[in-house]
Amino acid sequence: MPPPAYAGPVETTWYYGFRLICAFIFIFLITPILIIVPLSFNVEPYFTFTQGMLAFDPDAYSLRWYEDFISNTQWTHSVQNSFIIAIAATVLATVLGTLAALGLSNANMPYRALTMGLLISPMIVPLIISAAGMYFFYSNIGLDQTYLGIILAHTALGTPFVVITVTATLVGFDHSLTRASANLGAGPTTTFFKITMPLILPGVISGALFAFITSFDEVVVVLFLAGFEQRTIPRQMWSGIREQISPTILAVATILVMISIALLATLELLRRRGERMRGISPG
Amino acid sequence: MKKILKTTLGSAAIAIASLAISGIATSAAQAGELNVVSWGGAYTASQMKAYHKPYTSKTGTKINSIDYSGGLAEMRAQTEANNVTWDVVDVVISDAITGCDEGMFRPIDIDKEMAKAPDGTPASKDFLDGTLQSECFVPLIIYSTVFAYRSDAWSGKKPTSINDVFDLKKFPGKRALQKSPVNNLEWALLADGVPLAKIYDVLDTDEGKDRAFAKLDTIKENVIWWTEGAIPPQLLADKEAVFGTGYNGRWFSAIAEEKQPFSMLWSGQVLDIDGYVVSAKSKNLDEAMKFLKFATDTQRLADQAKYISYGPARKSSGPMVSKHAELGIDMAPHMPTAYADQGFLTNFKWWADNADEMKERFAAWLLQ
Amino acid sequence: MTDQTAGGVVLAADGTPLKASLNRALRKSRIRALLLVAPLLLFILFSFLIPIFDMMFRSVDNWHVGTLMPKTSAALADWDGKALPEEPVFAALVADLQAGAKSREIGKVGRRLNYEKSGMRSMVVSSARKSKRLKNGPYKAKVLKMHKKWRDLETWTVIKRNTAPYTIGYYLNAVDMKYDKNGDIVMQNKNRRIYGKLFLRTFAISLAITVICVILAYPISFLLATLPLRYSNLLMIFVLLPFWTSLLVRTTAWIAMLQSQGVLNDLFVFFGFVAEENRLQLIHNLTGTIIAMTHILLPFMVLPLYSVMKTIPPTYMRAALSLGANPVVAFVRIYMPLTLAGIGAGSILVFILSIGYYITPALVGGTGGTLISNQIAYHMQSSLNWGLAGALGAILLFSVLGFYLLYNKIVGIDNMKLG
Repeated sequence: MPPPAYAGPVETTWYYGFRLICAFIFIFLITPILIIVPLSFNVEPYFTFTQGMLAFDPDAYSLRWYEDFISNTQWTHSVQNSFIIAIAATVLATVLGTLAALGLSNANMPYRALTMGLLISPMIVPLIISAAGMYFFYSNIGLDQTYLGIILAHTALGTPFVVITVTATLVGFDHSLTRASANLGAGPTTTFFKITMPLILPGVISGALFAFITSFDEVVVVLFLAGFEQRTIPRQMWSGIREQISPTILAVATILVMISIALLATLELLRRRGERMRGISPG
Repeated sequence: MKKILKTTLGSAAIAIASLAISGIATSAAQAGELNVVSWGGAYTASQMKAYHKPYTSKTGTKINSIDYSGGLAEMRAQTEANNVTWDVVDVVISDAITGCDEGMFRPIDIDKEMAKAPDGTPASKDFLDGTLQSECFVPLIIYSTVFAYRSDAWSGKKPTSINDVFDLKKFPGKRALQKSPVNNLEWALLADGVPLAKIYDVLDTDEGKDRAFAKLDTIKENVIWWTEGAIPPQLLADKEAVFGTGYNGRWFSAIAEEKQPFSMLWSGQVLDIDGYVVSAKSKNLDEAMKFLKFATDTQRLADQAKYISYGPARKSSGPMVSKHAELGIDMAPHMPTAYADQGFLTNFKWWADNADEMKERFAAWLLQ
Repeated sequence: MTDQTAGGVVLAADGTPLKASLNRALRKSRIRALLLVAPLLLFILFSFLIPIFDMMFRSVDNWHVGTLMPKTSAALADWDGKALPEEPVFAALVADLQAGAKSREIGKVGRRLNYEKSGMRSMVVSSARKSKRLKNGPYKAKVLKMHKKWRDLETWTVIKRNTAPYTIGYYLNAVDMKYDKNGDIVMQNKNRRIYGKLFLRTFAISLAITVICVILAYPISFLLATLPLRYSNLLMIFVLLPFWTSLLVRTTAWIAMLQSQGVLNDLFVFFGFVAEENRLQLIHNLTGTIIAMTHILLPFMVLPLYSVMKTIPPTYMRAALSLGANPVVAFVRIYMPLTLAGIGAGSILVFILSIGYYITPALVGGTGGTLISNQIAYHMQSSLNWGLAGALGAILLFSVLGFYLLYNKIVGIDNMKLG
């Protein structure tokens, strides 16, 4: 877009100057994430572009780090762990969080603010402190170095997101719909599954996505609670960075970037669908 | 949307099912199995070849090898929770002493419960002098933390002692040191003219501590601090540093296997001992003791030295050390024990008392 | 449906008084709300809140001496602290040491006391070992011979102080203070003061990152808020993609960018900004920490700023301009004040997040860029001084809660938005 036609030289300079500044900031935001994609195809074990890569020599590129990733049992085991833990934690967090959000959105809920504060506290307390508390307590009751311990911890960290997103969906929720359903003779269960659930589903799913990514990305708690057996992808990356930096980490990172792009797209679709369903925006 | 929900629930069911299965797999070792914990990497690999495999083929007992990164954190947590899943653990001697004093490990009667040397020498006489420092600990190897340098860093000149590490004029360049006061304080005093035998006497005084930190001050600007054992060989290989401290086994593989242009500076090496302990509350105590007796006999300790350049802790194993199993190199000259007279043994008792204070002071010194 | 009346009381359809019926409905609805919230509340209580309280309890818990040396603790109760104790205390000590050596738990006492005074670990442990040989009294002379520290009055002061079931010792340690010889609270020796410095440093670095984030976020949020929707939605990806990308991935990416053989240094060398042998040290120091953390936290500043700016009608600025205001004046006087809420929300969010950061400083911070959380992790995993880790954690937690209350005042919990 060009500057408006009435702009003088000062305004024009400012107009382009401002856009240039913004461009630099956007570059700062996106470059590190994009740069690892080509680097992960480097045939050499370096973290930088080789002469061959810059000359687009096909021999300078290879899939060897991806092969390394797939053939290394530590990595594949960590992928399996990450999915087991994240899915279990997401299911738990979504069920518990959605129920609580339904309760919280009830106008008659006593001590609403206090309860809300307690429920979202896992999001506010710095991770290192949550990790410290869980580490001391869970090892006291024998839950450290178990899958169950990590799943419970990740569920706790994920529920605030579900509570917040579902509560937000319920703010725009028309309660006369459930009353109408009740008047027409539907029981509470039928009403929930036929009326409430479809309407809050976008909120539930985006909350679940947040819970999933929270668990999938979490490393501090895993660092303290997990034994060798329960290592997740971020935990494996952590020791990879600290001990032996190899471009395999870049291959893993690239795959994770692809996963986040997919999640981002899903969220965006959900948001649009939600707006359409509630008739807020036409498109 | 329903479909998404179904798939999610489906995968959740799978996740929970596999959880139940893996939950069983990570609990305490079953009867006829043992959980043996060690440092991972090449070191664990050498133990699996030398101890685990022969033991399993002899007794049929399955051994689950578990990796950890050292320290007593996990074992203390397991003991406090009364949920001990680790049976035999490979620890450094300082951790063995602390854990033994706090009742985490089982005391071992070394002569009654461990194997004699082939010539009938009782075990307590067969282990190298000074290695039996805790009643819960059976030594396996002697390793050392030692300096190495890039052979091509200074044309014509070669460092010969710790003094040269602290001599920035003669040997310029970065030094890669461990981010810990342990060993660094000793080296600083050594370079400041304190004789080997007097180091800990001097370090025990306030003036001695000040003196050590003052000496470290002289090279502080030229130090890269490392925290993981894999890092110093990388730093030297990348020419980020010219001197580095590291575990002798790591230097060995960099020099012998990766053909890096490094040389060892054995002078001033700090010897340390690594070995097995058995959890006091192990659920497989008898099996664990049987494994311990087998793994620490003369033949097994000598076998391990075929795969890694750490010196066996038994005198009777020494003459049996032969060539590297894959590289065919004579291993004897790569053993820290071959240069024992040029270095010294860490004073574990002194560090047990002073580590808390010295680590705080070291951290404060780094921040200055 | 409620138009029947009986004796002046409004009745519901089923004939009960309306007031009671309404009350019952209200109670029912309340109970239903509570029942819905209860599972999560209980879950959070057990999996999260109790662990946090457990951590805080550990930071004052001082069971070791009182539990493992019960006789000595009782015997020391009326010791005046002016001179070495008398025979009964020594007899009690020997009995406790013998019991501790037998149960093999005396090392825990040694560890606890060594936090207070270096050297007490080996004094306790070696004396316990030697105590097995002491068959009969009088014990005082024999114990004094076992270890020279028993002759030291301070040893006894330290032991007596730690017979109490609770201690503030860990908190003193966490703020660089200690008990001196006489049991008075003084500052720690200069060369051991570290935590105070680290707290200050953590706050300073967090503040710096917050300021940088405001400076970087302001222009792009403004651009995003003023561009037509189809452009801004596209540009929003630049903010949202980093936001959704794994923390470890972004940290790895910065290592690839910043290390001395990395992309940025290669570019600098290629363009001749720096010589090949003088590559810049951009990582494993403060610079690396600030760059990487700013990048990671920037979306948390952009999103609230953007949502505030989005609500400011462009007509305000136009009105000011058409009334003759200079564009700069109009911007500063009209637009900026309207965005203050967004700046406040974003700043507190970024600040709170950065004072608790652990992963990024640990990976790219080196020695210059470590924060207080790294020390907490160190005491949890390496030194195993869990009491001190708990004390440092509690101090950090309360500072965060303080800032959070501030956030709540400015923005309100309910207005927290995601994505």
